[in-house]
Amino acid sequence: MSLLEIEDLRLHIGNLPILKGINLTLGQGKVMGLVGESGSGKSMTALAVMQLLPAAIQASGRISFNGISLLGAPEAAMNRLRGNDIGMVFQEPMTALNPVKTIGEQVSEGIRWHTRASRAEAEERARRMLDRVGLPEAKFPLSRYPHELSGGQRQRVVIAIACALAPKLLIADEPTTALDVVLQKQILELLRDLVDEHKMGLLLISHDLAVVADMSDRVTIMRNGEVMEAGETAHTLSQQRHPYTRQLALASMHVPDRGEKAADRQGPEEARSAPLLSVNNVTRDYPHRRTSLFGKPGVFRAVDSVSFTLDEGQSVALVGRSGCGKSTLARMILALDRPTSGTINLSGYDVSALPEAKLKPARRNMQIVFQDPYGSFDPRHKVERLVAEPLHLLEIAPSISERRDMVADALDKVGLAPADMDKYPHEFSGGQRQRISIARAIITRPKLIVADEPVSALDVSIRAQALDLFADLNARLGVAYLFITHDLTVARAITDRVMVMHEGKIVESGRTDDILDRPQSDAAKALVAAAPDLQRALERRLARIGRI
Amino acid sequence: MSAFLAKRLLIGLVTLIVASIVVFAVLEIVPGDPALLMLGMNATPEALEALRSQMGLDQSIPVRYFNWIGGMLMGDFGRSWTYSSPVLDLIIERGIVSLPLAILSLFLSTAIAIPVGIFAASRRGTIADSASMGAAQIGVAIPNFWFALLLVYLFAVWLRVLPAGGFPGWGAGIWPALKALIMPSLALALPQAAILARVTRSAMLEVLGEDYIRTARAKGMSRRTVLWRHALRNAMIPVLTILGLQFAFLLAGTIIIENVFYLPGLGRLVFQAITQRDLIVVEGVVMLLVASVVVVNLVVDILYAAVDPRLRVKA
Amino acid sequence: MSAHQAAPSRSFGLLLHAFGNRSFLIGSAITVLIALVALVSFFWTPYDITHLVVANKMKPPSWAHPFGTDHFGRDILSMIMIGSRNSIAVALVAVGIGMGIGIPIGCWAAARGGWVDETLMRMNDIVFAFPALLSAVMITAIFGPGAINAIIAIGIFNVPVFARVARAGAMSIWPREYVLAARASGKGRAQITIEHILPNIAAILLIQGTIQFALGILAESGLSYVGLGAQPPMPSWGRMLFDSQTRMMIAPYQALFPGFAIVVTVLGLNLLGDGLRDLLDPKLRRER
Repeated sequence: MSLLEIEDLRLHIGNLPILKGINLTLGQGKVMGLVGESGSGKSMTALAVMQLLPAAIQASGRISFNGISLLGAPEAAMNRLRGNDIGMVFQEPMTALNPVKTIGEQVSEGIRWHTRASRAEAEERARRMLDRVGLPEAKFPLSRYPHELSGGQRQRVVIAIACALAPKLLIADEPTTALDVVLQKQILELLRDLVDEHKMGLLLISHDLAVVADMSDRVTIMRNGEVMEAGETAHTLSQQRHPYTRQLALASMHVPDRGEKAADRQGPEEARSAPLLSVNNVTRDYPHRRTSLFGKPGVFRAVDSVSFTLDEGQSVALVGRSGCGKSTLARMILALDRPTSGTINLSGYDVSALPEAKLKPARRNMQIVFQDPYGSFDPRHKVERLVAEPLHLLEIAPSISERRDMVADALDKVGLAPADMDKYPHEFSGGQRQRISIARAIITRPKLIVADEPVSALDVSIRAQALDLFADLNARLGVAYLFITHDLTVARAITDRVMVMHEGKIVESGRTDDILDRPQSDAAKALVAAAPDLQRALERRLARIGRI
Repeated sequence: MSAFLAKRLLIGLVTLIVASIVVFAVLEIVPGDPALLMLGMNATPEALEALRSQMGLDQSIPVRYFNWIGGMLMGDFGRSWTYSSPVLDLIIERGIVSLPLAILSLFLSTAIAIPVGIFAASRRGTIADSASMGAAQIGVAIPNFWFALLLVYLFAVWLRVLPAGGFPGWGAGIWPALKALIMPSLALALPQAAILARVTRSAMLEVLGEDYIRTARAKGMSRRTVLWRHALRNAMIPVLTILGLQFAFLLAGTIIIENVFYLPGLGRLVFQAITQRDLIVVEGVVMLLVASVVVVNLVVDILYAAVDPRLRVKA
Repeated sequence: MSAHQAAPSRSFGLLLHAFGNRSFLIGSAITVLIALVALVSFFWTPYDITHLVVANKMKPPSWAHPFGTDHFGRDILSMIMIGSRNSIAVALVAVGIGMGIGIPIGCWAAARGGWVDETLMRMNDIVFAFPALLSAVMITAIFGPGAINAIIAIGIFNVPVFARVARAGAMSIWPREYVLAARASGKGRAQITIEHILPNIAAILLIQGTIQFALGILAESGLSYVGLGAQPPMPSWGRMLFDSQTRMMIAPYQALFPGFAIVVTVLGLNLLGDGLRDLLDPKLRRER
């Protein structure tokens, strides 16, 4: 008898099926990776095991945990299991903790609830547990509140809550998706160690094949509420017998064909003209929240004396952990924020000092693509108006028909039909929206596009297409990119140069391959070591199997 | 914590200062000469002049403003022209009716509304929920003075268990005095309770949809325990905001309700003073009411900080 | 996160929801009905209320006078019909004043931020510190009672309400990426406010509008009740209730019907506001 057995699990809301007969088995002390793109039903599977599904969802089939049937189990029985024998870690650490309770209360609460331990005993156990997840009491006393912790630290608290009573089964639903790669690595290692220590079964839900390949013994690949393929991790992912598995694996290792790399086209011996963008000694300070009414507020230095140049047609990645200042730098380059000191020059215009009225010519030459394909459009405007918005920057406003032609042309360039301009953004999928976002960015034929994590919110297969599009536009239109990302695979796929940013400073920069293969600075080394890599993960796993 | 409170305190002070200027200025432009009003149409110019200088009306506006402010700070609110007694005495005499009335109705509305709101939220979608929220919906729509009339008809005219109006004074004993305040405070409390119950319910429902509620449920705690231990305290934040706002409504409500029940309270005092152009009384009472709103808001802010640790950052 | 189905078309989906929303249906029906009654009263009422028939005074409800007659023999139903004009006009204009001044203030504060925001919002707090009805009593008492002064008094207290709601709404829109994109397209604060902010906060302002409309009707009836609203012979619901009070022993029905009129109108508007909130509030109906 396995620890967790799911047989023919079906979920539906009314007549709409969500899960169409899921089968899954997880043994004690084993790790099962549940992989799928958004909408595949992997989170719903997890919530069904916890019996925490929204009330509107009806379930049928069989879920048994340690021989106990969970589906339709009475609420009181589930309450005894949850938190005691089954623990769960959620995706969003920023909202998973109650803001008005201390971390000590939140960890010890479950312990007291299940063991009837005294407050002091429960707190002692909570203290040990928090220490175990890397929050030692000396630095993180039980009296801390969630808002005093960072995202990674909060996720550690969530893990402490889930593992406080050493459950037999731990469910982790995208536990690291909201974190940067370095934190991701730390959290995954912590999970792995806890699973080993307590012989827990782990159901790890992820959209990232590399993470799953690294962590799990077996994988189950889901799509649209169905299991596509399931089996031993290394075999399943390396043999790729199922076409969808193959598609996913290819997409997650996808590198766009960029032909001759831009950096090579432009030999170093060639006399270069003036750079497109030059950033000189730029610093940006933010005042701290005031500590007392009359005291002088301190400052937080988000960007610290950064200098670099970017040539026409060049594709550069600005990589770094979350909070390293890369987005602040991007906003200053786009003249959406002003530096505290230093200058930024884009094709002859000082965008760090010019007044808004004189920025028009510079703004024509730089546009932006955002991360979130949902939030980057005004939901009340049609695509035509959205894509045409930067035309505001032209000196002579185009006529209505000219405007439609330009929008149609831009949509065509990103692979959308001109007829799409009469639709609203909510009628498009995430990947299509990102194309619209790119169409908006290229309509004024800018020389520079700043892209802030442009593919990190996309599913892997769509992400591969988006990367192809970026590469294609770079080759065809000669537009330069500044890619802001914490994901080194994106940097490797699409850029010539990489700059590594850490605590407001650029600590390393050079050719992409050089930096990613031979990082020098600690910050770059940490990023490279933490980047999930499907190929390497599979190799490691196969080697381990070979040894056994 | 201290910075947060210091800022709130400063804002409250500025509010009071600006309010005093506004009140003074508004009453300054009121048509009609108070001295003339007091002495009547056939007063001699000499008598008028003498009265004006006695009242300080011949001084410049800034001087009169500062005299007024300074006086109030020293506890001297001036003398009423119609009652010919110190304004402070009037305020105290009337305040001992209005203050218990306001406290009683605030207590009533909270005691009714918060349990009802929590109850409805915890049984979302049931008949009990729809029924209590339907009642609240109607309660919000009822004007408090009409509700007061209905109460009078029911309890005074028909059942004859409570007095229809008037106030015997606290000297007549606690119970007769309280009896006179029961209907007025009910009339004031009901519409407020209806609003508060709705706010409590929707705040609870919003909190119950948060991720941390799911985290707590995943610990194995029952729905009910999670509701009390995790949801309630978070839901109290918007409820406190509404309570603070409602206090101002209650104060204003006393003007009308005291008129319905012929209660000799501050509301009735200020209403009569306005119609009789007894401006010094109006100024004093309005400032007192504004000050109490400011103080209540400050208390609400302190409670916020007590409920929500995010406001206590950087002590 | 449950699977949200993309509606085939936004407006069609909204319409479909509207017919399934009980609050919205009942609320809009009542609101339309009251508006119709007010309109009809301009052309026709069961009786002419300027015509006093003393022989008919204090008649309890009957087929001839469904709501009875008052102490001058006037038909109460006709009085209520005409009184609705006054309530609606006062509350509507007061909402207009509040929106007309409050929304620009709120949008400006949100767009500028910093000290402009701080100053405007502190001014708001100061207005809030005056209990609304108290100030209304002051204003009407000083400038004389009457419908116009009641409108101004109620309107002033709508200003900070709309300023706050508009500011809060605008503040939630400003950090959105589409606003950043508009800024990267060189658009100024005013243009962004008109093109992106206002259309996206229109729904919450509309909802607040119905709430303030309802509160305005309550406030107007209160002012009329204490004699500071519309002046006789213009009938108003609050005044009718005041008149009924002294005759409560002999003619309690006189206090009943004007009160019902207020409750039904306010209830209708509040239901409409609730329904609109369910239909339009993005918090409840996420687009995805």
